[in-house]
Amino acid sequence: MSEQPVAQTAVRVSDVWYGVDSRWVLQGVSLEVRTGEVFAIMGPSGCGKTTLLKLIGGLLKPQRGEIWIGDTEISRLPEAKLTPVRKRVGLVFQYAALFDSLTVYDNVAFGVRRHITRREREVAEIVREKLAMVGMTGTEHLYPSQLSGGMQKRVGLARALAMNPNIVLYDEPTAGLDPIVAETIDTLIKDTTRRLQVTALVVSHDLTSVFHIADRIAMLHEGRIITCGSPEEVRADTNPVVRRFLQAGGIISNGESTMSGA
Amino acid sequence: MMQTRVPLRHPLTSLAEQATQLVLFVGDIGILLAQAMGFVFRGRWEARETVVQMALIGAQAVPMVVITSGFTGAVLALYSAKLMLQFGVGSLAGGAVALAMARELGPVVTGVVVAARSASAIAAEIGSMKVTEQVDALRALAVPPVQYLVVPRLIACLTMLPALGMLAFIVGTFGGYAVAVPIGVSPTSYLLGIRELVETYDVFAGLLKTVVFGAIIALVGCRAGLRTEGGAAGVGQATTNSVVVAVLLIYVANFFLAYLLFGGR
Repeated sequence: MSEQPVAQTAVRVSDVWYGVDSRWVLQGVSLEVRTGEVFAIMGPSGCGKTTLLKLIGGLLKPQRGEIWIGDTEISRLPEAKLTPVRKRVGLVFQYAALFDSLTVYDNVAFGVRRHITRREREVAEIVREKLAMVGMTGTEHLYPSQLSGGMQKRVGLARALAMNPNIVLYDEPTAGLDPIVAETIDTLIKDTTRRLQVTALVVSHDLTSVFHIADRIAMLHEGRIITCGSPEEVRADTNPVVRRFLQAGGIISNGESTMSGA
Repeated sequence: MMQTRVPLRHPLTSLAEQATQLVLFVGDIGILLAQAMGFVFRGRWEARETVVQMALIGAQAVPMVVITSGFTGAVLALYSAKLMLQFGVGSLAGGAVALAMARELGPVVTGVVVAARSASAIAAEIGSMKVTEQVDALRALAVPPVQYLVVPRLIACLTMLPALGMLAFIVGTFGGYAVAVPIGVSPTSYLLGIRELVETYDVFAGLLKTVVFGAIIALVGCRAGLRTEGGAAGVGQATTNSVVVAVLLIYVANFFLAYLLFGGR
């Protein structure tokens, strides 16, 4: 692990607007993710969470605004110049998005072979280590279709971690999983973030998971950030939309006072 | 984030839209070709993927090319040999069949067969990768989809189509032989007729056509796949579109190529 000094801000999104088909999905979103924290963006389905994640991952380009990954502004970079940024940012997709024609081993080795080393012995070592980290040792020869949803997500995480990113983006990591598997994924996110000293940005509508893992939380609603802060601050927020969302997710009870907020 | 499609539109609007779509499609194909060739010339292509695609697109198409071109040559001989015997020029039957196979039917049959088999397969495979975010996953891993997906398929088509075209020419000519000889054309005059009428240029110009058809098949399939949206229905639509557009473009390109290559001959 290198001990070089790192910028305090891992990701900075400033006044980002993004629209499709004459409809604004994101309307002036700004946020800062600090180095080393688990930052969660929550919000109802269709609020633009995944879009925001894809913008940060450089898969989409905003019409307006800036997106900084460390000290690189990526929103105006052409595809070819994004490569160095992409190597530093790992993306874990909602449905894992494993290459279904390749085995688990080749999936995890995919980026490694092309960007880190061509020596197969070193590749094998990296794959073994990352699969062990996500608890998937022994599945190397299996194909994605032979794995359950939770296992696919673990392999997806291993594939992202194999490139040694310093930022990992998670798109709905617990969606579609039963509560017990969801909890193990939560623990995995928390552990790998601490152990590898990376920054994690999680997008989710699963509030139990969000409040379980996040150091700071933002809520996205109709394309805008309507609250941002520590779990305690968000829990105490008086915005009725936030309160209704937290009540529906079972984070605060209906009777809880709204007067305790900052 | 699933969006449902609204298919109901005024027929004329949809016609104008389709025309616009086709123009955009052809433009996209040009851009895709330029991007793919960029990777090819920088030596950035995946050897393993390319070999796999050559087997899928080339080797596996052999039975179908043999059957279609064989029967095409046979039916040509069926019509022409009898007529030519009546007019006392039975010795030209072999040449007529071989010339038609070399210039026109070999290349077009090959192009259409591979378009039906592989443009659809390419569109379906890349299309399902697109809707399951595997194409985004490639980009996220800093591997350009054009490099990993388009280049191997393009190289496979560019190299395999001429090989299949050559096969179609030979099999078609012998398909004609199998019909012409029983009708009454003597074996030696069938073969001598080929030498009489067919020049090396005809064969090579025909193969050059198949190279262009190969580019059309690979690029149309890849473009349709990469632009797929809207889940399983989107994949189905991309697959159909790819075959329709590829066959259409092959026929149009064939006319202009014939004009350029054989116009004055």
